[in-house]
Amino acid sequence: MTFFAVEDLSMTFGGLKALDKVSFEITRGEIFAVIGPNGAGKTTLFNCINGIYPPTGGDIVFKNNNIRGLKPDRVAKAGIARTFQNIELFSNMNTMENIMIGRHLFMKTGLLRGGLMWGRRSFAGKEEIENRRKVEQIIDLLELQTFRSKFVGGLPYGIQKKIELGRALAAEPELLLLDEPCAGMNAEEKQDVVFWIKDIQDELGITILLIEHDMNMVMDISNRILVLNFGRPIAMGVPDEVSVHPEVLKAYLGEDDADDASGP
Amino acid sequence: MDMKRDYYEDVKHFSSGVMLFWFAALMIFLLLYPFLFKNYYVYVANYIAINIIVVVGLNLLVGYTGQISLGHAGFFAIGAYGTISLMTLANFPFFPALICAGLIAACFGFLLGLPALRLEGPYLAIATLGFGLTITTIIGRIDILGGRQGLHAPDLIIMGHHLNTDRQFYYLVMAIAVLLVFFARNITKTKVGRAFVAIRDAHIAAETMGVNLVLYKTMAFALSAFYAGVAGGLFAFVLRFIEPELFGFFLSVFFLTMAVAGGLGTIAGPIAGAILLSFLDLELRNILNIPYVGEWLKALSTSYFSLTGVSNIQFIVFGAILIAIMLFEPLGLYGLWIRMKKYWMTWPF
Repeated sequence: MTFFAVEDLSMTFGGLKALDKVSFEITRGEIFAVIGPNGAGKTTLFNCINGIYPPTGGDIVFKNNNIRGLKPDRVAKAGIARTFQNIELFSNMNTMENIMIGRHLFMKTGLLRGGLMWGRRSFAGKEEIENRRKVEQIIDLLELQTFRSKFVGGLPYGIQKKIELGRALAAEPELLLLDEPCAGMNAEEKQDVVFWIKDIQDELGITILLIEHDMNMVMDISNRILVLNFGRPIAMGVPDEVSVHPEVLKAYLGEDDADDASGP
Repeated sequence: MDMKRDYYEDVKHFSSGVMLFWFAALMIFLLLYPFLFKNYYVYVANYIAINIIVVVGLNLLVGYTGQISLGHAGFFAIGAYGTISLMTLANFPFFPALICAGLIAACFGFLLGLPALRLEGPYLAIATLGFGLTITTIIGRIDILGGRQGLHAPDLIIMGHHLNTDRQFYYLVMAIAVLLVFFARNITKTKVGRAFVAIRDAHIAAETMGVNLVLYKTMAFALSAFYAGVAGGLFAFVLRFIEPELFGFFLSVFFLTMAVAGGLGTIAGPIAGAILLSFLDLELRNILNIPYVGEWLKALSTSYFSLTGVSNIQFIVFGAILIAIMLFEPLGLYGLWIRMKKYWMTWPF
């Protein structure tokens, strides 16, 4: 059974090929990283997987189902959650409520049962309590207790990133897409994120697809790495292979300097 | 702040005994109200309660889901005409007629929600505005609904009791208003309300967390239209006579003004806004009764602000209030209340 596979995925915007026949496969339980220079198509790849963009070609297979072209909410229902590069939190809700949105798919309260909620024994009341308890566990895990009832709009950047991670975890995904979880963080915060990502893999058994620019971190935690450049996959393999791959060096360091011995 | 011991405390209705006390006091006041005030003010209370229903519903759409509507007078009209014609033409009793009219309005709300999936901001405002204007024009041309002549409300009989006076009608309107406010408040605290706010704040993130945009946006429109429809049905019996002219464009703007003045995205705000502006609306109509400046205001209004010579000072006051709110307190009356509370809690610092 294929856990997750992208097959010949293409995405064009007008004449621009943002993704050009990208293929890879992820096995259950691994941390798979996608790296590449700015504009390589990494976030576009995420947006295609998520259903935010309908891909122009290729297939996306998740647990033997083709999820290509599904609406984002259906993709979420299939078991894929994500975080965003530029934080997309609900800024007028507090931390608790933000993470509660992650529980959306597990809750059954509709308009009528929600509107008629009366007391802790009512259906909606029971469901709220039960799901808030689950969210509390995530808040504990990510050490967000101090910010529990604060509106997220005014919180520091690093905390907001954590809340986003918590919101994605609350959805109990099988595959978690992390778009630059360390962007804009200092060394210490980055260390924390590395630990959490490893915890998520080990303890929760969630498979992770990761975009990150911090090479140290990527080499440290990923099981395998895919390198994109101008929408094309140029290398794929374990960190040690990828870090010495000539195409990768070329993409990152530039062509001339790589083999020009007379250079400075 | 006291410690929370239980997750239910996040969503429960009265966060403390003090709140419960004030709520009970309010309920007793509302029960005694018709005995304390003269007839005219009972009519005012009915009018306010109806506006509260509309504005709380409108706020679910505008304040919580972030979708603007300038067409709520249309839903209001559908509710009013629907209730009366179901009673007179189809012999429905009052309550089934009221609920059916609300549901008909909700269906129209759902339909209006469909284009809203692709429209935002000013474009949505224009689309809903068009809807509001169209509905009243169409109703004005249907003879069975009285056309331009209008419709008279039938006798209101509930379980053998005739409700003919404002005083008798008062308890019915108030009970429905209180119920619907509680319903709206509960929705905002549970799954559906959170999905609404999520759509307002970051719709892409909401979608990737599993919120179905099509479902929840149309639901917000339908729910909001249901509130307006029920309020319209009650309104027909407060006035006892309805005509298309009543449900013009200005009424939609009036509803929106009440919501904004009270404070969007809160439950208490729109209630306060509805009370203040409905009261002003009725009081300023009898402009000559205003002490000292009444005569002068009327002269001012007829000579500078209105071509027909009809006094329209209430519109000018609403405009001024709206501008002041936008300038000084974007959160409306609710924001003012929060600021006052903060000031007194931290006094004297």
